[in-house]
Order: sequence, then C-alpha cells, then structure tokens
Amino acid sequence: MAVVSNTSSTVMNNVEAVRATLYEAMRNDDRTVILGEDVGARGNVFLITKDFIKEFGPERVIDTPIAEASIVGIAVGMAMEGLRPIAEIQFADFIYPSFNQIVGEAAKTRYRSNGEYTCPLVIRAPYGGGVRGALSHSVSVEALFYHVPGLKIVAPSFPADVKGLLNAAIDDPDPVLFLEHKKTYRLIKGEVPDGHYTIPLGKANVLKEGTQLTAVSYGLYVHWALEAAAQLQESGLSVEVIDLRSIRPMDKTTILRSVEKTRKLLIIHEDNKFGGVGAEISAMVAEEALFHLDAPIRRLAGPDVPPMGYALPLEEEFMSSPAEMAQAMRELVEF
Amino acid sequence: MRVVGLVAVQHRDPSASSFGRHGLSDQQLLAIFRTMLMHRTLENRGFQLNRQGKIPFASAGEGHEAVQAGAAMAFARGKDILVPYYRDLGLDLGIGLTPYEVLLSLFARAADHSAGRQFPHHYASRRLGVQTISSVIAAQLPHAVGAAYALHYRGERGRAVLTTFGDGATSEGEWHESVNFAAVHRLPIIFLCENNEWAISTPLAKQMGQPDVYKRAEGYGLPGVVVDGMDAIACYAAVKEALERARSGGGPTLVEAKCYRFLAHTTDDDDRTYRSREEVEARRKDDPVPRFERLLLDESILTEEGMEALKRSIREEVDEATDRAEVMAYAPAEDLYRDVYADGWQPWRGEE
Repeated sequence: MAVVSNTSSTVMNNVEAVRATLYEAMRNDDRTVILGEDVGARGNVFLITKDFIKEFGPERVIDTPIAEASIVGIAVGMAMEGLRPIAEIQFADFIYPSFNQIVGEAAKTRYRSNGEYTCPLVIRAPYGGGVRGALSHSVSVEALFYHVPGLKIVAPSFPADVKGLLNAAIDDPDPVLFLEHKKTYRLIKGEVPDGHYTIPLGKANVLKEGTQLTAVSYGLYVHWALEAAAQLQESGLSVEVIDLRSIRPMDKTTILRSVEKTRKLLIIHEDNKFGGVGAEISAMVAEEALFHLDAPIRRLAGPDVPPMGYALPLEEEFMSSPAEMAQAMRELVEF
Repeated sequence: MRVVGLVAVQHRDPSASSFGRHGLSDQQLLAIFRTMLMHRTLENRGFQLNRQGKIPFASAGEGHEAVQAGAAMAFARGKDILVPYYRDLGLDLGIGLTPYEVLLSLFARAADHSAGRQFPHHYASRRLGVQTISSVIAAQLPHAVGAAYALHYRGERGRAVLTTFGDGATSEGEWHESVNFAAVHRLPIIFLCENNEWAISTPLAKQMGQPDVYKRAEGYGLPGVVVDGMDAIACYAAVKEALERARSGGGPTLVEAKCYRFLAHTTDDDDRTYRSREEVEARRKDDPVPRFERLLLDESILTEEGMEALKRSIREEVDEATDRAEVMAYAPAEDLYRDVYADGWQPWRGEE
C-alpha cells in the first residue's frame, strides 16, 4: 500500500536505503535529530550517516558518550518535549543497557500519562548474524522486545521496504524499534521508488505465491527462504513465502489467509527458537486455524545457544542455510 | 555563598536574627510555608486512608518539605520543566498541583492525571510542566536531559529543566550518564539531589563512599552546590541561582540538599527493622516545618492567630478534597485498553 508520488526509482542496497531515508527525514523536518555512538564525525560504523554532520551540524547529529541507556533515555525526553529523535544503538547486541528505557519508559509514556505525553521515537539497531560478528555483534533482539505493549518492531528485508517502513516509523506517534539485518546491508539490492512514501507498520508482504506450504520469515532469512522456495519450484513444489516486515504489530490476516489456502505452515527465523517470534505465530495459528492444517506447524529457527560462535563452523552451525530451508520445506510439503 | 573552585558551598547562618530573605516577600514566604504544611498534611492523609483500608498504598516525604517548597518557589511556572521523582509531592504542590488532584491520585480515580493507572504522586501534566515518570530509580534523569536538550536545541533561553532524585539514585548508571551528557553539552538543567540518607533500608554509608554528592560535580565539570535541605530559604536560593544560570545559557548545576526521611519509605515499609527510634528522634530537632513556623512567628510575618487560621484552612481544604475525590468514579474497566498506542490496542493487525 505504498503511496508513491513518483514512478521513477533508484537501485540501492539496504544501507543506502537507510541512509537516503534518514537524509530525507533530516532535510524535511528540523525537529529530527540523530543521536548515537559515532554517528557524527565517523558517520556511523556502516557509514549510514556519513557527512550528515557537515550538512546538519553537530546539534542535530549527536555523537553521544558510550552510554546506551541514556542514548535511548535522552531520546525519550526529547520526544516528550517535541523533537523527533532517531536514536541509534550501534549494534543490537549493545541494546541491553537501554532495556528499561525502551520497555519501562518509552513504551509506557502514552499509557502512564493517560495520553498527555507521547514518545514518537525511532530506535535503529543493526542486528543479526552471518557476518562473523561473534557473541556480541550477531544477536537478534526482537523476541526480547516483541512481548512489550506500547512498542512497535519493524524488521525489513528489502531496500524499498526499508525506506517505506522507516518513513512510517519516523512518522509514527509511538516508539518504534527498527531492526536492520547487517548481512543484508550490502548484500541486498533493489529498486527503491523515488520520492516520499510510507508502508504501514503491521502489513506483511506475500513475496511469492504458492499452494502447498506457507513459509513465514523476516530479515535475512526471507531472502534465503525465497531461494529455497525457488529451488523447490523447479521440482514442482509450490511454496508461498511471506515477509512479515513488522513483528509488532503483526499481520494476522495475511498469515491466516495463506495458511488456510496452503494448509501447512513453516516459520523460519534466525533468533533462538525457544520463545521466539515463531512461538507466537504458532500459537496464533493453532488457536485460530487448527482445523485448516494438514500437518503440524514447524519452526526452523536458531538453536537455543548464545548467538553465535566466532569460528566459521560455529557460525554456520547456528545459521540456517537455504539448503536447510529447502529441506524443511520439502519435508513439510510431503508430510 | 562561598565559591570554592567549581564548587559553591551554601552555609546556613544559625542565627535567626540575621535571617536572609534572598529577596522573598512575606507573601512568598507564606506561600512556601503553606506548601510545606499542605505537603505534610496530605501525606498524613495518605497514611490515614491507607490505615483505614481506603487506599492500597501511600508514600512519605516527611522531612523533604523545605527543599521541595523552596525549589518550587524558584521554579518558573509555565516556563520551566519539572522531571521529579516519586517523593516530590511538595514540589508538585508548590508549582500548582491542587489537593484535589492529590486525593484523586491517592484514590486512583478516573479523573486522576493517569486515570488511576499510576501509583500515587506520579503526576504528568502539561499544564504544570511536569513530565511523566515511572518508579524506576534514576530512569527519569535521561528524560530530563533530553528535555533540556530540546530547549537548548531550539534556543529557548529563559527556560530550564529541574530534575530531582534521592541519594539512592546517585548509584544508578543513568545518574552518571545523565549528569555527564548535560555537562558535555552545557544543558539548561538542575540536578537536585534530595539526600535523605536512606534508600528504603539502605543507609548512605552503604550507598556511596563519599557522602557528599555535590562533590561529584567537579568530576563531571559542572558546578556543585550543597545546601541545608531543612532550610527552605537556603534551598530556594540555591535552586534559584542554579535555575537562573541555566536559563541564561550558563549550563547545568548539581545541587545537593541534605534532608532526612522521618517516616518509613511507604505504607508498606517498617523502618523499625533497620534504624533506631533514637536516630529518628534525634533528627526531629531539624524538622523543617516547626523550624519555618518559628521563623515566621519570630519575624512577625505571621501571628499566632494567623498560624492557627492557616493550619485550619489547610485541614479544611484537605478534608474537602478527600470528600470530593472519594466519591469520584474509577475509570471503567475498558480503560485498561486505552492509550497503549495512538492507533489502538493490538499486537496483531489485520481484519478480525
């Protein structure tokens, strides 16, 4: 439901899409400030905000002390007093010190003040593995936060979605945790419509239609699930692939419609399996569509160990490959 | 005020005859005392209502009346922003919160600022300039810094943020992070520590190796001021000077007001389990309310009859507020679901 004001487009990778969207947000609204570690002179460790400080100045592109709790907490205070802060956690792995500020403060601002104060805040955090990031530059944090009322969580996979969803997150009157998979940053390229548009939070995207199995995923694994589904297509198996895009709110309608059609559900995510996003989707489908199912729901997810060892074999063991996804899809289709 | 390097030390003159008004008119002095008395009376009412089984909980700030009423007098209503903590009823009253609003909060009624969602004394009001807070210690300090950054960023000279906390809060990482950030950017903010020596049951000596919080200021690169927190005028003067510096672009200040918590932490606490009655009784000689009362009488700002009339009017006002609030309705149960998000309560989105 993107509102595209212009039919032309530009090919970008995900990092360029984040950068272009942040740039426009800074250009369009002087209430917007960016704060985080190394976002200014260094231009962010992935160069997402490179040269922003030259154009917008150090008062809008704030190199903060290394203090994640207050990066978020200061942004909460800014948001309550009329700014539109975009806080950056350099790597999602560093978000833990700010847990209370996100869960206990930002997410409850509207509720506890009876709507008198609000917290229009975006927290960006690069997450995910497959980049040899070891134990502190690889984690997925969505399951730690998607339990929390008052918070919204977005995890786009494609550059065009990065732009539309980041714009929507910036416009949103409530706090949004915007998760960017690091492995997709430069790996994934795509057409990004020019001009301003938004994609509503909470709308999944059916990337590939199919009839025999629904595969639901988000982030990097969406791309690998598509690859796996394409492999299966060659042997005549028809898999529908859904990119959730938003984790909270989550698009129940798209999931249920698909499952009612294909009658089988595979949920694929990189985050640990126990208590992961797949658990909630499984429970929802079991509650609402059990009698449409022809096979048990299956989850292909990260093992329940700390993500993820530095050595290549450890990282590979943690991650699911397109081949493993294809195998899981085949088994479930043939169940 | 004696200035030592970055650290200015406020010394209270023990002689009542050299009473310094710091520019306060009789009317302002009476307003400060009224706030102190109202603060104490309302908190006693909270304890009474709890013991009568009418409300589940109340907290206590007895011993904090002077610092809060003094600081409130320095606060510019309609301009400054207050980011308080949960033991700041006197500050809230001093900047315009009414006894009726306090009773609505104690009774958790629908007309309360949080519609009965929050614990008592967690007021959020744009009208008063009070930001919403949780009960998590020091979690409000980064918000105060963010608000101060917003004022600084928009170039709003003439406005400042006053944020408050107890001695226990100074142990939190967010305390350090907030003071540090404010110092880096020279933000218009006052960090006011109401050091009452007790964090529930944990005494100052277990909270910090250096019992003078204000001395930390030098380490962060901002002025630090210590003041007798039982002296409302001294507290007013210290906070006023700091606020004026902040409003005029002079940056942040750490103010430590040394006071004492005379009562248990809350209605759910029993302080006899961790401190002696002798300690508490010995500190009663510093009680700021009789001390200020004596000053007003000695300086003939108020007569004995006037004092009695003032106390009577406060009791009547609190009684009237209690009666009014008690009969007000709770929010309907559906209210549980409001205000989670601007666009409704739903972890799932889609057509139902």
